[in-house]
Amino acid sequence: MGNAQATPARKLTDAEARLAEIFAMQQSAGAPQLAKLRTAAFDAFSKTGLPNRRDEAWKYTDLRALLRDVKPLAEPPEDSAKQGARSAAVLEGVASRRLVFVGGYFVPELSDLADLEAGLSVMSLSEALAKGDAAAMTQIGNVGEVDDPAFALNTAFMGEGVVIRVGAGICVDRPIQLVFVAGAQPATYFLRSLVIVEKGARATLIESFEGETAQEYHVNAATEVVLEEGASLERLKISREGAAAMHVSTFVASLAADAQLSDFGFNLGGAVLRNQFFININGQGAHAGLRGANILKGKEHADATLFLDHAAERSESKALFKSVLDDSSQAVFQGKILVRPGAQKTDARMMARTLLLSEGAQANCKPELEIFADDVQCAHGSTVGALDENLIFYLMARGIPQAEAQSLLTEAFVGEVIDAVADRSVREALTGLVSERLRTR
Amino acid sequence: MTALLEIRDLKAEIAGKQILNGYDLTVKAGEVHAIMGPNGSGKSTLSYVLSGRPGYKITEGQALLAGADLSQMSVDERAAAGLFLAFQYPLEVPGVATMTFLRAALNAQRKKRGEEEMSSPDLIKRVKELAKILDMDMEMLRRPVNVGFSGGEKKRAETLQMMLLEPKLCILDETDSGLDIDALKVVSNGVNQLRSKDRGIVVITHYQRLLDYITPDVVHVQSAGRIVRTGGKELALELEETGYARYQSEAA
Repeated sequence: MGNAQATPARKLTDAEARLAEIFAMQQSAGAPQLAKLRTAAFDAFSKTGLPNRRDEAWKYTDLRALLRDVKPLAEPPEDSAKQGARSAAVLEGVASRRLVFVGGYFVPELSDLADLEAGLSVMSLSEALAKGDAAAMTQIGNVGEVDDPAFALNTAFMGEGVVIRVGAGICVDRPIQLVFVAGAQPATYFLRSLVIVEKGARATLIESFEGETAQEYHVNAATEVVLEEGASLERLKISREGAAAMHVSTFVASLAADAQLSDFGFNLGGAVLRNQFFININGQGAHAGLRGANILKGKEHADATLFLDHAAERSESKALFKSVLDDSSQAVFQGKILVRPGAQKTDARMMARTLLLSEGAQANCKPELEIFADDVQCAHGSTVGALDENLIFYLMARGIPQAEAQSLLTEAFVGEVIDAVADRSVREALTGLVSERLRTR
Repeated sequence: MTALLEIRDLKAEIAGKQILNGYDLTVKAGEVHAIMGPNGSGKSTLSYVLSGRPGYKITEGQALLAGADLSQMSVDERAAAGLFLAFQYPLEVPGVATMTFLRAALNAQRKKRGEEEMSSPDLIKRVKELAKILDMDMEMLRRPVNVGFSGGEKKRAETLQMMLLEPKLCILDETDSGLDIDALKVVSNGVNQLRSKDRGIVVITHYQRLLDYITPDVVHVQSAGRIVRTGGKELALELEETGYARYQSEAA
């Protein structure tokens, strides 16, 4: 991307020109420090523009081609949209602490900030930025080195989200759920959150995104997570976006020694869903587990692109992504593992498995290993196949109708990545989402 | 009285190759039939044709279950109508819990027959009773279907399914293969408990050994895709002495 400057100036796409316009209009707002951060980010974005298929990391999701127009930045939601958000359905049965965002704006009256656990602090991003919150100002955009245009755009335009801090040694049992509900008007939402889990602390973060079929909107979401020594975070991200929605998300994490990250991403709807992960394993003995599931139909497209950077000894990463593809849907899995010099005894494994339910569906898998240490274990693999006809026959021979046999086997296929979710009520809710999605084929 | 299973001049093929060549067999309620024959004589093919495995095609003749034409039913409809095939090699179904599988199977059959579904507590109670008879650890049944089971454990699980589903017609395809003598006794005991005046059982086997435990009323010898001889239980003993060679040459 760095050589873009050397080439003759390219004509901006309509979307890029519109982004520049919008950026110029919003620039004056906020503290000087924040304005500097935004400007630097937009400059970085402008050097490359929207990523396209010639950028290796965006090979299968050509954002330049896909983003034909830029929806306006969201206006504060009307009361009717807020009322509608009360029925936000994803994981509604889970006793999480819900922080609700409608159309890109935090809605305190729908959120539960009462009786925060001792040592837990939760603040909206806008509040943190307005206050010039020290942690927010020093950490945002600095959790890892991320050279990516979509993430740069997020930093340039970030509107709302949360800043969460879990104090050293504190264990927060109740999951914290960020509920993002699309608004009624066509809009772009730039959502940004920062989560700091201090030494030895533990928490569960859920991010759920949902919208209606008729709504036209774009989501650019980014979450940065700092896991200090021995800290532990389980993160779940569920995207059940509207059929016309485009959703681009960036997850950046830094893991200190013995930190544990368990991440599960679940894609259940949306025209284009891009989830990119930048995992910086900086401390010895740290562990990152990344799991994902796509259940796609129609022309839906989901892209998971991972960058796992092992910079410390004895660290582990395990990635397992599963896709169930119907109609002419498409799943992309790109995983890059970098083992830096000295990161001995690294154990890194990556696997992508795809179940094709239709001949028109497509899976693209691209692993990449860059290893600069000589005593490591790295493995990657991928499988693509259909449901086992022999198993369908076995189930049917016991009286189970074909459609139900297929659903059972498909649920079993996806189940492997859900079984590892720690909280039982969350696990059951996720299983419910799988069944519901498969039965509306 | 209508026969439970009536096969008339049945011809069937797989991938264009004819395997069953004019098969005739009648099993009445209350009877246990043994079908014996050399490898490659089409014993498993018969069981797959009857249960409706994809790829097995009936080209001529008929197979009727309690008077209903099996070829007009889907695989699951045949099961709901009372046909049960105990597989020679039961399949492992990773990720599907055994109880989920049993509940789905039993209640799908009941629903199709217009019967009331069995509640989960009743199902668990019944499965526990059956596990005891078959000397199975309930812990095994908490695992996904057949996953990590030994050959013998799979056959017990298969028998448990059969006892739970209470089919009209049981077809046991080489249930004795891969079983040690203790497991053979346990499984045979389970099958014998299913013997009743309303039910037919067809035991497909290569060896006489299983018939020491499940005594047949009728024994058939199958060769080259049809039945070439029928007799009483003494026929099995005779086969044990003489082998299948003479039937193979006869059929050829």
